[in-house]
Amino acid sequence: MYKYDEYDHAMVAARVAEFSDQVRRRLAGEITEDQFKPLRLMNGLYLQLHAYMLRVAVPYGTLDSRQMRMLAHIARKYDRDYGHFTTRQNIQYNWIKLEDAPAILEDLASVEMHAIQTSGNCIRNISSDQWAGAAADEITDPRPWAELLRQWSSFHPEFSYLPRKFKIAVIAADEDRAAMRLHDIGIQIVEKDGQHGAAFYVGGGMGRTPMIAPLIKDFVPLEDMLSYAEACLRVYNRYGRRDNIYKARIKILIHELGADEYRRQVEEEWAHVKSLGIDPPKAEFDRIAAQFAPPALDASAPDEIDRSDPDFAVWVDQNVAKHKMPGHAIVNISLKPVGGIPGDASSAQIDLMADLAEKYSHDELRVTHAQNIVLPHVRKADLYAIWQALDAAGLATPNLDLISDIIACPGLDYCSLANARSIPVAQKIAARFSDLGRQKELGELKLKISGCINACGHHHAGHIGILGVDRKGTENYQLLLGGSGAEDVSLGTITGPGFDEDGIVDAIERVTDKYLAERAEGERFVDTYRRVGMAPFKEAIYG
Amino acid sequence: MKLLTGNDLKTGFVTWWTGADWSLHIEDAADVGEQGEAILAAEEGARRVNAPYIIAGEMTPDGPRPAHIKDRIRALGPTVRPDLTLKPADPNAGDWVI
Repeated sequence: MYKYDEYDHAMVAARVAEFSDQVRRRLAGEITEDQFKPLRLMNGLYLQLHAYMLRVAVPYGTLDSRQMRMLAHIARKYDRDYGHFTTRQNIQYNWIKLEDAPAILEDLASVEMHAIQTSGNCIRNISSDQWAGAAADEITDPRPWAELLRQWSSFHPEFSYLPRKFKIAVIAADEDRAAMRLHDIGIQIVEKDGQHGAAFYVGGGMGRTPMIAPLIKDFVPLEDMLSYAEACLRVYNRYGRRDNIYKARIKILIHELGADEYRRQVEEEWAHVKSLGIDPPKAEFDRIAAQFAPPALDASAPDEIDRSDPDFAVWVDQNVAKHKMPGHAIVNISLKPVGGIPGDASSAQIDLMADLAEKYSHDELRVTHAQNIVLPHVRKADLYAIWQALDAAGLATPNLDLISDIIACPGLDYCSLANARSIPVAQKIAARFSDLGRQKELGELKLKISGCINACGHHHAGHIGILGVDRKGTENYQLLLGGSGAEDVSLGTITGPGFDEDGIVDAIERVTDKYLAERAEGERFVDTYRRVGMAPFKEAIYG
Repeated sequence: MKLLTGNDLKTGFVTWWTGADWSLHIEDAADVGEQGEAILAAEEGARRVNAPYIIAGEMTPDGPRPAHIKDRIRALGPTVRPDLTLKPADPNAGDWVI
């Protein structure tokens, strides 16, 4: 894992001191809310429905047990004993007091964390594959590149006031576990002629106008990654619209310019940027990469798993993934118990996951964009002990990628932008499909719910997506089918008129029943949808 | 009726204008009537409450209630965490919200 150097420490400490003074001035009435708002947002402090909300960055979703325990400490000391893991691999606290914000940022800084650039029109937290460094199918660990991008984008003077927020994802496997092509820039590290390079997909995103990022350049030598990214941003910063917030994202610029013209302009800019020497010397990259060296895994660890406990076996089958090292596995901890709030974890649960990481996973954890937690480096021989501990804490729900593993934004229960509640809908769907046998019969089915058009719940990318809207002052839910955020990326299509809260649950059941009636051997829900189209589902839903 | 609401500067908690001061409890809210804009301007100047705004409400036998669902949720707390609302011990406290 990356450890701060003296520059990182100094930068974060300076920001904490600066923001502490800004808070003091605000509390003393020396500055107005209009003056203070952009300052607090630069430090991840929002004002939501019920209180201030602090969004803490978890760079590329990676953290160690010390950092995880600090997240629990903040939940316990300053919030209401829980945190909410988000679709950007971050964590949010919903009940922060303004007067506590400086102390929280100091606490975070003590474990090399912060909330910088978790809001505002800047480059946000770099996201990545939650199985990075452990996945059997990756060609390299993408995180050193994500860290390089983090350092480059932190306080980047030219990109601190972009036309709109900007999100970058980096992966290094063909299986896309980070919704890479639904980012402003999605980078896939690929191999060509024995060399690794970066494929740049630019102009994706969800929100009001969802778009899949087109391939802008299929192979950028890795030593040129930063200069190419800089060129991509420069063209956007120069021509992105600042007159209309709804047309300000880079996806709109590329859509209007066309990918070919955008590519031409980036190439032209890149030729200039490359001459500026912003790409780091190899020694600096090697310094960063060395901190992501694989943990010392025991290659002789036994590969067998004792599956004699049937409940444990069910969990292993659903939530444990293949590790690149024999005898090891990737543990996916579901934060989606039936009746729970997707992504929420109590301080005790956060502490427990930290303890398990320290004891069994080489001190590493990951936050996933699906709002779950990963222990990336676990010996198979330790799986049973881990499962027992998780089960005792309500963290062993065996539903990864099943219909109850729902992504849901905070919705109208917490968010000032939302039009409808997301969480109660997720809870009702999870309850309706609570029978695990039924869930497994449905197979992989990614259900995603957003409480407004901003799509924090990724509804466009759900095999089944739900969008909450305000219809004359009451909550209404539109249903979408056929989306995917994975390597088979696609955008969902709205089925037709929306439903009330109970109606949307019934509609989903009609959809899944239709899928079971129509599916061919081996088809997932989304495969069947793509084969038969919308019509049979529409007929099942609306008659 | 018209209600004046905002979020407390220090805590961020939802707060309601009572006619003389601010309260966390919607039951204390006063009808600001035609005086709303003037009170709002004065309170913005006082810098005790963030982004105050005027909403439509109605008087019920149980007290004032905001007209829109968003402000009803603001008034009570998250519907999915009754333990975090202002009346965690009352299982029926949120009956009027949705």
